[in-house]
Amino acid sequence: MAATGTTVGAGAPALSLVPEQVWRRALAAGVATFLLTVVIVGFETVSGTGQLALRAHPGAVAFAVIAATLGAAAMGYLQLGNTAVPTVLALLAAGLLGLPLLTGGRDSPFVWLLPFDAMALNWGALAVPAIVLLRVMVIRLGLTGERSVANVAGGVVQRALPWLAGVLAVIALVLPFLPFVDRRIVDIFTLVITYVMLGWGLNIVVGLAGLLDLGYVAFYAVGAYSYALLSVTYGLSFWECLPIAGALAAMTGIILGFPVLRLRGDYLAIVTLGFGEMIRIILINWYWFTGGPNGINDVGRPSFFGLPFDRNPPEGTDSFHTFFGLEFSSYHRVVFLYYLILVFALITNWFTLRMRRLPLGRAWEALREDETACRAIGINPTNTKLTAFAIGAMFAGFAGSFFAARQGFVSPESFVFIESAVILAIVVLGGLGSQTGVVLAALVLIGLPEFFRELKDYRMLAFGLGMVMIMVWRPGGLLARREPTLRLGKGSAAEP
Amino acid sequence: MSEPLLRVEHLTMRFGGLVAVDDVSFTAETGRITSIIGPNGAGKTTVFNCLTGFYKPTVGRLSLTGAHGRFLLEQLDGFRIAQRARVARTFQNIRLFAGMSVLENLIVAQHNKLMRASGYSVPALVGLGGYAAAERDAVEIARGWLERIDLVHRADDLAGSLPYGDQRRLEIARAMCTDPVLLCLDEPAAGLNARESIELNELLMWIRATHGIGILLIEHDMSVVMGISDRIIVLDYGRRIAEGTPAEIRANPDVIRAYLGEEEDEELPPEVAADLAREGRL
Repeated sequence: MAATGTTVGAGAPALSLVPEQVWRRALAAGVATFLLTVVIVGFETVSGTGQLALRAHPGAVAFAVIAATLGAAAMGYLQLGNTAVPTVLALLAAGLLGLPLLTGGRDSPFVWLLPFDAMALNWGALAVPAIVLLRVMVIRLGLTGERSVANVAGGVVQRALPWLAGVLAVIALVLPFLPFVDRRIVDIFTLVITYVMLGWGLNIVVGLAGLLDLGYVAFYAVGAYSYALLSVTYGLSFWECLPIAGALAAMTGIILGFPVLRLRGDYLAIVTLGFGEMIRIILINWYWFTGGPNGINDVGRPSFFGLPFDRNPPEGTDSFHTFFGLEFSSYHRVVFLYYLILVFALITNWFTLRMRRLPLGRAWEALREDETACRAIGINPTNTKLTAFAIGAMFAGFAGSFFAARQGFVSPESFVFIESAVILAIVVLGGLGSQTGVVLAALVLIGLPEFFRELKDYRMLAFGLGMVMIMVWRPGGLLARREPTLRLGKGSAAEP
Repeated sequence: MSEPLLRVEHLTMRFGGLVAVDDVSFTAETGRITSIIGPNGAGKTTVFNCLTGFYKPTVGRLSLTGAHGRFLLEQLDGFRIAQRARVARTFQNIRLFAGMSVLENLIVAQHNKLMRASGYSVPALVGLGGYAAAERDAVEIARGWLERIDLVHRADDLAGSLPYGDQRRLEIARAMCTDPVLLCLDEPAAGLNARESIELNELLMWIRATHGIGILLIEHDMSVVMGISDRIIVLDYGRRIAEGTPAEIRANPDVIRAYLGEEEDEELPPEVAADLAREGRL
């Protein structure tokens, strides 16, 4: 066992490790954790009676330090080839945390065992024993290199991918009618699917054509403002504005695309970042046109094929609930918006999957691989890039119109750089070019923070941690493998 | 005599003060393999880059005449030279679409034909038009090439995962899939072993025999150049110093001097000097 233990040391010279060193390292980990947690979770500013006050969380800090020290020690013993002590320690820790969590959380009689106020953090603390136990399993089963957990799990997910995509689609279709689903959950998923659509749109530009675009939110903004302005100024309906908003966003894509045609990689990223900010600053400063920082209010709500979702429709007209003879419920609109964005997103997905099998889509991918070779075989790089920019921007424009219609209000604050970064993170973490990967990444990056709102300040921390973990274990993204668009003897692969 | 496939007249390419190609003229014929040789830095690849539109020549006329018309290559954009004038090329350092499958590489090469067949994407997107049939034809063309270069069994693997020699042949097949009238090969034998070089010779001679196109070849491997060239042009310091059949080039003293150095005559290897003396050239 000692032999297997020594081969899996995480880059450390395991052979020369002695128990004293293990404990010295564990203490170092404890001190580092102490320094980090004191500033991050140790103190919290609370607004007391009219003034800000600091509240200390010594328990949480102490727990984090103990967990880090024992966790590091357990990892060290694993390197020494001793799996028994770490296993017992990890099981004990899991038991102490799991008992109150499983017996009712906040209402459990064992609630005094829980180190943190936020339940999600307590669940998160289970990660420490989980990592140790995972490591034990890795050593016992000899899962390293090609057989490492990340690779094996990635392979399993890869094989399950067609199933996974189908299951996700079915869940998405019936979601609003599931028994435990309430308005809040439908709202969260509407947001998640908006980002999935944006991710799929950006995937055309970044994943397929390989053009690193850091200003994608600009097109989202153009779509949102196009609809908001047309709706407020001319009273046009959502469905009339949708194609116009898409066309305007696509046109913006072409206009922004032209000057950056010669740029690649980092340079392109910087320029697109600048364009994204320019659009936002124009929206703020063009006061008479866009309303500046105040934004635009009372943007028209989309109707169901002409049937509005009003409680009291004007005399002589029908509303959604009167037409179908239903009791009025504001839930109808929420569900309608959910299905609307779902249909938009599925159209984006269908378009991309279809496009990949057409010459233009293959030219996008070829452009990503090697632009010089593209020229040599007669592909027009200018047109190919511009179509990618324009089509990606068009889908952002549709999503933007939906956003404006859902909120009923637009302002420049919704289109800051961090939005572009999040959409790009969804595409990159999902695995460049992978449609299902985008869904998973959107669920993780948008869905989880919404569900764990009680963690408030730690959300960005967890976000960063998640990114680092994915970059370490799955550097190509969650689902990185690319399937060829056609195979010899089969012609085009099956229709999506 | 009819106009040759490619006529290069007074081609000059300057980079600042450096004259990479200096007043070079030559022709290339359909159904012939024309080789360009010369020491490193002689300007061979620069000639190719001018021909295929990667550089705009400082001076010179590059005219390509085929059944599909007459084109002045120096006035066309890079990609239009491949698209309209139908000049294809390979690269000294292989440039495949490494992340795409072998088959996809050959399908992408038929981009312009397929793009027209797909009605520039919109009808094909909703399944209208004859795109499916066009794609089947394209796959058959690709399959034919894969059989010729013996890569059918790797068709669905990533192009970047192929061994070096296979990548070289795939790049030639990809260039041929663009349906060219002139194929420019930049050191196709670089990095190949002796057996692979022989296979390459056979492939090039087969292309010349069956496709009736002109081949322009840059090569250092003399077993390839001397074995298959119909005509050889020798460049040195950007100038054309010789032109002729392989036998003529082998015996040309300027060429020998360019390759072996411009030392005094006695510096030549004795057997070369003896050869030259026998032929009365010294």
